[in-house]
Amino acid sequence: MSSHTTSALTLFLVFFALVGLTGVTVWVAYIDLGIWSTPVAIAIATLKASLVVVIFMEMRFGQPITWFASSTGILFLILLIGLTMADIVSRGWLGVPGK
Amino acid sequence: MSSSTTVAHQFDDAAQQKRASTLGMWVFLVTEVMMFGGLFTAYVVYRSLYPEAFAQASHHLNAELGAANTLVLLGSSLTMALAVRSAQLGKRAGTVIGLIATIVLGSVFLGVKAYEYSHKFHENLIPGPSFVFPGSEADHAQLFFSLYFAMTGLHALHMVIGVGILGTLTVMAARKRFSAEYHNPVEIGGLYWHFVDIVWIYLFPLLYLLGRH
Repeated sequence: MSSHTTSALTLFLVFFALVGLTGVTVWVAYIDLGIWSTPVAIAIATLKASLVVVIFMEMRFGQPITWFASSTGILFLILLIGLTMADIVSRGWLGVPGK
Repeated sequence: MSSSTTVAHQFDDAAQQKRASTLGMWVFLVTEVMMFGGLFTAYVVYRSLYPEAFAQASHHLNAELGAANTLVLLGSSLTMALAVRSAQLGKRAGTVIGLIATIVLGSVFLGVKAYEYSHKFHENLIPGPSFVFPGSEADHAQLFFSLYFAMTGLHALHMVIGVGILGTLTVMAARKRFSAEYHNPVEIGGLYWHFVDIVWIYLFPLLYLLGRH
């Protein structure tokens, strides 16, 4: 049985990186980035989530089928939010005949 | 206990069993992404419609406590990963200590959350007839707090279930049920715990840090 383990040093380094990125999250929240503040916050959160998935959840040792199955979650989340917002944002674009 | 007795009869060997349980857990986590995804979608819709009310309402959350709780939860993910590593190496004491540390940190998180909830109750920020919010956007702020309690509540429920899972794993580990050859339950429990951590990684900036500049 193939046994992959992650060294304790790596686990601690990832933890400190996550703590540092949490500091960055708070720091950028108190800076006026205009419309970019939410995209930046989401980007940092996604970087943190990627560290957790790849190292803590050992996805770097994962089978291709596991990568495939888990990425469907991201795909359908993007479809769910994307198509919903396409509706919300575009509702006022065309007039309603007879109104 | 030899490793052969820990392989269920439908599997060829331990490696195949481990691949199957890992894949199964990830499929479950995808369904969890979609469950939380519904709430995140509602959040995105209402925040895009009422950005000003959401920013005002977010100021009523305690960002310091939220940040501290984020660090507590990240710490619990570290102890969980260390517990999984000990289990992979067949180190029973390390596994038990890591799991107990994770339970303690998870409980601290839930304790802080309970404190925050009671504070909101005393400030009349619970959605419903007694909701009181200064300014003209009270109705829209109430939407924010509905989403705040739904999202953090569902997250906290997952934490409570997670603490129960970790407690079971701790007892199993103490009773020498795991070895370097067989420790799938610890790894699967770890995947669940890290997933709950990831949900909070997104909840913290989206709920606590709006319009802070």
